[in-house]
Amino acid sequence: MRKIENLQLNEQGQLQHFLSIEGLNKSTLTEILDTAESFASISSQDVKKVPLLRGKTIVNLFFENSTRTRATFELAAARLSADILSMSIATSSTSKGESLLDTIHNIEAMQVDMFVVRHSLSGAAHFIAQHVAPHVSVINAGDGQHEHPTQAMLDMFTIRRAKQQFTGLRVAIVGDILHSRVARSQIQALNILGAEEVRVIAPKTLLPTDVESLGVTVYYDMQSGLKDVDVVIMLRLQKERMSSALLPSESEYFKCYGLSEDKLRLAHKDAIVMHPGPINRGVEISSKVADGPQSVILQQVNNGIAVRMAVLSMTMQHRKEHG
Amino acid sequence: MRLEIINGRLIDPAQDIDQKGALYIEKNKIVGLLNAPAGFVADKTIDAQGQIVCPGFIDLSARLREPGQSNKGTIESETKAAASAGFTSLCVPPDSNPVTDSVEVVELLKDKAEKYHYSQVYPVAALTKKLAGSELSSLYALKKAGCIAVSQAHHPIQDLLILRRAMEYAATHDLLLIFCPQEASLSNGGCAHEGAMASRYGLPSIPYAAETIALMQCIELIEVTGCRVHFSGISCARSVTLISKAKKMGLALTADVAMHQLHLTDDDMLPYDSAYHVIPPLRSEKDKQGLLAGVRKGIIDSICSDHQPHDKDAKLGAFPETEAGISSLESVLPLMMRLVEQGDLELMQAIAKLTIAPANILGLDTGSLAEGQVADVCVFDPQKKWQVNQQSWLSLGRNTPFWQEMMQAKVVHTIQAGKVIYTQSL
Repeated sequence: MRKIENLQLNEQGQLQHFLSIEGLNKSTLTEILDTAESFASISSQDVKKVPLLRGKTIVNLFFENSTRTRATFELAAARLSADILSMSIATSSTSKGESLLDTIHNIEAMQVDMFVVRHSLSGAAHFIAQHVAPHVSVINAGDGQHEHPTQAMLDMFTIRRAKQQFTGLRVAIVGDILHSRVARSQIQALNILGAEEVRVIAPKTLLPTDVESLGVTVYYDMQSGLKDVDVVIMLRLQKERMSSALLPSESEYFKCYGLSEDKLRLAHKDAIVMHPGPINRGVEISSKVADGPQSVILQQVNNGIAVRMAVLSMTMQHRKEHG
Repeated sequence: MRLEIINGRLIDPAQDIDQKGALYIEKNKIVGLLNAPAGFVADKTIDAQGQIVCPGFIDLSARLREPGQSNKGTIESETKAAASAGFTSLCVPPDSNPVTDSVEVVELLKDKAEKYHYSQVYPVAALTKKLAGSELSSLYALKKAGCIAVSQAHHPIQDLLILRRAMEYAATHDLLLIFCPQEASLSNGGCAHEGAMASRYGLPSIPYAAETIALMQCIELIEVTGCRVHFSGISCARSVTLISKAKKMGLALTADVAMHQLHLTDDDMLPYDSAYHVIPPLRSEKDKQGLLAGVRKGIIDSICSDHQPHDKDAKLGAFPETEAGISSLESVLPLMMRLVEQGDLELMQAIAKLTIAPANILGLDTGSLAEGQVADVCVFDPQKKWQVNQQSWLSLGRNTPFWQEMMQAKVVHTIQAGKVIYTQSL
């Protein structure tokens, strides 16, 4: 298989766009985590700002709705002292690539330094990165069913804080792998960072064809899949999966794949529980587990800011010089 | 006008001829092969030293985009491109705008093609009105106006009762149905082959069963209706097996494959490069090998271009929203020679797939260099190297995954009904 054209790295091999985990190596991912670690302390200070990106303009371009991702990008940009403009664009007005590019070029004309893009189609961020001016960086905040790399990195950050290292870790990702860009990014990141085993647990209807080729072991049931894992990542289940005959009902899904206290006991006793949010309580995870001692779900949200600060500052620093 | 083509290597699969010699043309007919007719004095001589002289190519699926989408291609631009690629006859699928469901559209196609006089154009009529899959087009009138076959192109008929009746009615008027098998509910708006590549890049995908199920349904209806069917643009190895079985049962059916399916798989795709976005999608290596074997064994009768020119805008965007299709007429000959070079096909067999085989499928009296045939001839240089680029490419559609690639084999002359419609400029 040919790999995606790697636009992410500049001539020195440094991150100038952040489009996918695929194509990056362990040292780049580790650098993101280390940089995020240095920013994490800022959040607990009285003055939560550093002047790193003062005078820079970042535009959030959200072609698909999102509250959390957008908010954490806004906060991350603000804490780096950048100016940030958030735009929600109905995809109906940009139904074709041409008008999408018109939108990009129009905003670019306002001397923008960076775009943070979320779009419902796989490959959209890559497409935009191919067409922006050379000095503009593009951050993928989720493209279709492809990748959501900053989410995966904040998850890696959370795992590293809890487990110190990736070597030897068994990680299970549970739920709708088929439609999940988060899962695709996580699988890539965990494999690059050297996790012992990445498992996916889901019914066949929610698994992509040849999913093993992504570097995972497949389990169809929680009983065997959760055995001895160190990290359990639950994915959000969209309601429309029921109406398209991928699943019979929420209650049956919860019985088979929902994370209850009983099922969690199958995992390693100090296993952590993660969820990219927002949670459907009682569908993919019980409230007791979500709010329980093994859950790190709220830490994930907080870590999102530090990781996004790291990605924004690194790409801004490595983009090509203006002109 | 008397024309002689001398010193060339004459290859005519229809007569199993492969030898050096001359071809003699008078007016629109071939009047002599190897031996000149008595008293023949040529007005014009083409020296084909080092070149191959074969019947003009016949394409079973070439979209011209006119009427309706002249930003992507016109009758003039695409028939000219076809002539430069050795094609003397083109079957034009009905999915233009308006669709070919009226005599007016048929006449427009024929009149304009005649006016420019590059490749001969054979309109394929829409089986149902507006290709909507509910009411029959006036097939008898369309046949009388010059349609060579009927088709739904890539617009499947959802209701099998309608398909059955349409096939019965087409059979009544002895019309060939060109059928592109794809079950829409299974392809489900997908844009790539269901496999590791689509899974990795999160692309909505199309399983092979979308093709094989539609194929099986149609095969069963051939049995019921007696309609002659040509399956166009087969993409899966399993389809080859099913077609082979149906042929062994004695059913009146034939099949073709697009040339790019014999060269590219989903593994060759540069992810998110819309030049590789085509329907049916580029499939697996196993499918490609199955298709090649099918072509060799004659289960797949012919090879088409499946030419679909697009403008730049159509291919600009995130992969799933770009339009499907490859501009392919001009890469057919070099890609055919590449198959020969790789040992996948014998030269004679390869030429047959582009000449006598499609002629037989359509019932045309071309596709051969036999005396008395219409003089549709292609003269090409098998050694000539060229690059796919703005200078060499004539189609308005530059949407090809082979852009900038070096090719070998180039047409030197194309002759349609005795008239030289293309000569390579030096």
